[in-house]
This record gives sequence, C-alpha cells and structure tokens, in this order.
Amino acid sequence: MIPETSVVEVTLESDLKNVEVAEEITRRVAGTAGFDEDEQTRIEMAVHESMINAIWHGNKNDSSKSVWLQFTIHRDRLEIHIRDQGVGFDPKRIPDPLESDNLLNVSGRGIFLIRAFMDEFKVESLNGAGTEVTMVKRFSSGIQSKQGGTDREHESHNTTS
Amino acid sequence: MSMKATIRQVDSVTVVDVSGRITLGEGCTQLRELIRDQLSKGNKNLLLNLGDVTYIDSSGIGELVSAYTGVSKQGGALKLLNLTKKVHDLLQITKLYTVFDVHDDEAGAIASFSKPASA
Repeated sequence: MIPETSVVEVTLESDLKNVEVAEEITRRVAGTAGFDEDEQTRIEMAVHESMINAIWHGNKNDSSKSVWLQFTIHRDRLEIHIRDQGVGFDPKRIPDPLESDNLLNVSGRGIFLIRAFMDEFKVESLNGAGTEVTMVKRFSSGIQSKQGGTDREHESHNTTS
Repeated sequence: MSMKATIRQVDSVTVVDVSGRITLGEGCTQLRELIRDQLSKGNKNLLLNLGDVTYIDSSGIGELVSAYTGVSKQGGALKLLNLTKKVHDLLQITKLYTVFDVHDDEAGAIASFSKPASA
C-alpha cells in the first residue's frame, strides 16, 4: 500500500488580518503532522513572517490581490509553499541582522527568523506570476508524520538554506 | 487580539504593561505612538512589562529596537520586564538579549533606573 500525501491548500485575500488565519491553519496542520508545541510555534512564526512579506512587500498591501498557501505533509517533512503576486526579492541582498553594524536596525529580521526556524527555505520568482516561497521542516528522528506520505516531487526542489 | 497597554508611574519610572500582539500593523503602530507620547511628556525612564505579550514578530522586535534607540537618544533608558519564553528566545536568536537591559523582578527593575549605567 502506498501511503498518501496530505495536502491543505487555501487562498487568502491579501490583508494583514488574514495573517492570523494563516497562523491558525499552520498550527493545526503542524499539530496534525505530529510536531510538538515548540516546533508548531516555530513553524507558525515562519509562516507569519512569510505572510507579512507576501502581503506587505509582495502584494504592497493591495487587498484586491491574494496569497496562496499550500501545506504538504510528507512521510519525513512538512513542506509549505506561499505565493504572492509581487515581483519577488533576492534574500541574498538582505543584510545579516546579526552583524554589529546591523544589530540595531529596525527591519530586516523576517527572513533571518524563517531560516532559523525552518530546515530549508527558498524564494522563486515566477515570471510575472508572482513570487513563491518554499519552506521545509523535517521531522526529527523518532518522530514520523501521523499522516504518512510520500517523497514525490521533493527531488525537484532546488532548496537554498 | 491586538496590543493593549496600560501605563502607571512608579517613582520616576513609567511602567507600561503590554499585552496581546506586537506585530506589523496595529500593534507596532500603537507601541510607537505610546513611546512617542511618553517622550513628549518628558517620561524618559520607561519599563516595558512584556509578561502578557502573546505574540511578537520581526516587526515587533524592530519596534522595540526603535523604542530603545529613540529613548536613549533623548537621554533616557528603556528596559524590559518579564519576558515570555517566546520573546526571550527571539531576543536570544537575534542577539538583542544583551542589548536590552532585561529584568524579571519589577522592584529590581525600578531600582536599576536610579543606579548609574555600567560602563
């Protein structure tokens, strides 16, 4: 028997009030996947920061636009995709917030926190179709998804961490 | 739940009891206006009690940094009280824990404002 991958997809209006909706969905999915409370919080925060980037920076706080989220529970990991309708950004151009010169900067910590909380992170511009962020959280050894799942598609991701 | 704040005066220190979410949008804006308002009233010794903060994001952390530098530039001091585990962990990860003067005892925090800052 081949176990099935569990997928949750949702499209939200690009409005800051929907960040909390995305957080709630994330916590439920991460809990269902088997992550403990601390890990759920970290995953939730990574999605929060990605949602802020998508709504505020990507879609320029334009509520006529939308943000698409997809959560896939695989056997060994939770994979999250968040897509906006913006032009994208290069995470390599964001200054390191831990550098002493940047420590007291007011902004520039969102991507850093996502990298700190997730195992994999990449940003992809979709040629006029928006920007898609992919984040992966692997189950630690001894914990396996409650949902089972397959490894399909994973090999095609060129993940940057 | 958005951010809520109540302000009380203890000796020469303005204690701000913050609860709820300090996140991009309403929470950050409220905190910024609150700090600006206190500085305009000449209250330069500020103690932010974050014990009931349920959520803070990168923008909220940025707002705390902005408050810290803004108060310092005015010759005052901004200190933090009662960090939750989430806020504590975020300040550790971002290396800001050593930047802020953090306390877990209000009386001690109040007293620290009357001591000269260590070099």
